[in-house]
Amino acid sequence: MIGRRNTLARAGRVYMAAVLLFLYVPIIVMVVMSFNASKLYRLPVDWSFTWYVALAGNDKLISAGLNSVWVAVVTTVIATVLGTAASLAFFRYDFRGKRLLQLLLFPPIAIPWLIIGTAMLVFFFWIGLGRGLHAMILGHVALALPYVIVVVTARLRSFDPHLEEAARSLGASPWQATRRVTLPWIAPGMVAAALFAFAVSFDQFVISYFLSSPGVSTLPVEIYTSIRKGFTPEINAASTIVILVSMALLLGVARFYRFGGER
Amino acid sequence: MAEVTVSGVSKSFGADKAVDEVTIHFADGGFYALLGPSGSGKTTLLRMVAGFEYPDAGRITIAGEPVENLPVERREIGMVFQNYALFPNMSVFDNVAFGLAVRGTERSETRTRVGEALELVQLTGLDRRRPHQLSGGQRQRVALARALVTRPRVLLLDEPLSALDKSLRVEMQVELKRIQRDVAITTLFVTHDQEEALTLSDRVGILNEGRLIQEGPPHEIYERPETAFTARFLGDANLFTGTARAGQIELPDGTRLASAQPLGADGAAVTLAVRREKILLEAADSTADSAAPPQGINAISARVTRHIFAGSSLTYLVDWGGERLKVFVQNRTGEVVPEGAEVRLTWSPGDTVVVAP
Repeated sequence: MIGRRNTLARAGRVYMAAVLLFLYVPIIVMVVMSFNASKLYRLPVDWSFTWYVALAGNDKLISAGLNSVWVAVVTTVIATVLGTAASLAFFRYDFRGKRLLQLLLFPPIAIPWLIIGTAMLVFFFWIGLGRGLHAMILGHVALALPYVIVVVTARLRSFDPHLEEAARSLGASPWQATRRVTLPWIAPGMVAAALFAFAVSFDQFVISYFLSSPGVSTLPVEIYTSIRKGFTPEINAASTIVILVSMALLLGVARFYRFGGER
Repeated sequence: MAEVTVSGVSKSFGADKAVDEVTIHFADGGFYALLGPSGSGKTTLLRMVAGFEYPDAGRITIAGEPVENLPVERREIGMVFQNYALFPNMSVFDNVAFGLAVRGTERSETRTRVGEALELVQLTGLDRRRPHQLSGGQRQRVALARALVTRPRVLLLDEPLSALDKSLRVEMQVELKRIQRDVAITTLFVTHDQEEALTLSDRVGILNEGRLIQEGPPHEIYERPETAFTARFLGDANLFTGTARAGQIELPDGTRLASAQPLGADGAAVTLAVRREKILLEAADSTADSAAPPQGINAISARVTRHIFAGSSLTYLVDWGGERLKVFVQNRTGEVVPEGAEVRLTWSPGDTVVVAP
């Protein structure tokens, strides 16, 4: 028995290692190559910051990167505020069509982005909004909202509605009760949701590609365009930076999720 | 401090009538228990006085001022919830100070008043603790201090002791009564625990299916229940049904019982309630048996089917012509009447209460 359990445990560990290798080896190769001066990926690695220096001079990539950050930050703020408000409404009130509305939150997560992107492009042109950063922000907010609502709603499930009633009985207005009692309780959920929203926007390619106007694009779109023109290891450098930012954010989510699950 | 009146108040949830034309007057400084089974509307009534629900019809006044359309935060009430509802992200001090903070009370005054409130509930020195670091009884005290610190006009308690274990509950009952007397605040107290209601309050209102069945001082409600529901819900009294016959009540088996209360006209159906501790149980083969019961004492013959031994007392379940009666006996002699024994039950007409069916 014990021997068998050990074999199983070992097999599990090998499997785990295989999964991690499969996930991380390509990324590690790219990160290493971003520090390799050789354009043809020649080994051994000739360590240098050549491509980072080149990247610093690439105005197009830098402005696309700044656009990405700007769009992601605005998306995060709007989606977190709207999503939290929606979650609170779902939590507090029973209204007609509530179930339907809650169900309708999920399909957009499953619909291919290509289709959503096309639909948004057509729709934005039809209502005269056109393309550009504003269209991208609208699109990203729409994408991020379901994630925010799901995360904040999960946190609200552990909230005791009597706490709001207690606050009201002590003289707090509905807004004071929300601000002093409810929001502090769901804050960890809101932080996790905000990080999700940021990641959804920052990593978004398809929809950004459809909604970007010529000359104004985000980092993923710009990387794609440059690759089509001919690959340079500068992209490895840019990608390494993006990966570091994204991973830091998602680790942040994981940490706050843990925190949110306590008590 | 203020008197509270509820007049003709009704509230429905969909087709379900939670509270049905209830009228009660809660005297200034009184301790009033609302007692009833679950679903009797007692909590809905309390929540309407608090302002969490608005009545469909009727008036509610606090200190003579109509409040039925005022939101909770403007009614100047204090409330203690069943699970205490302490704010988990705040210390004991901040919990108690909450009502003062939302009113923008000055810092030094807040500190003084929170200190006073914590002293009142004997929790001085725990102000830095978090709710999860407190025992059940301590949480209860914090909830009470928090509700009283704003000097509300009315204190509302929603089953405040039900989350505590028995010994702590008795201790908190004493505490609650002391604090209520100290502050002299009009208190409405919702409970399904009859003993708690009788112990704590100076008036009890019995509710069933949204209606106020009877109200009055605990002693009166217990000794003179007006309805079969009250008699049974409060103390689980034995009920007899018979017909009025020449100033007595004839039971279906021909036994006649006397009551000190006026009965209806001959032939009218009568329901009687007899409390289990007012009945004397004697073995039928004892020497007392040969003697006929003293004149004017109600007596029936029955057979013991079971006894429930509770140390200081025993409850006998007896079978009387197919009906089950309960008799409560103090364990004075240590003797137990065996199961299956024939017994004679006697009680006084004064303990034979006529109730509405």
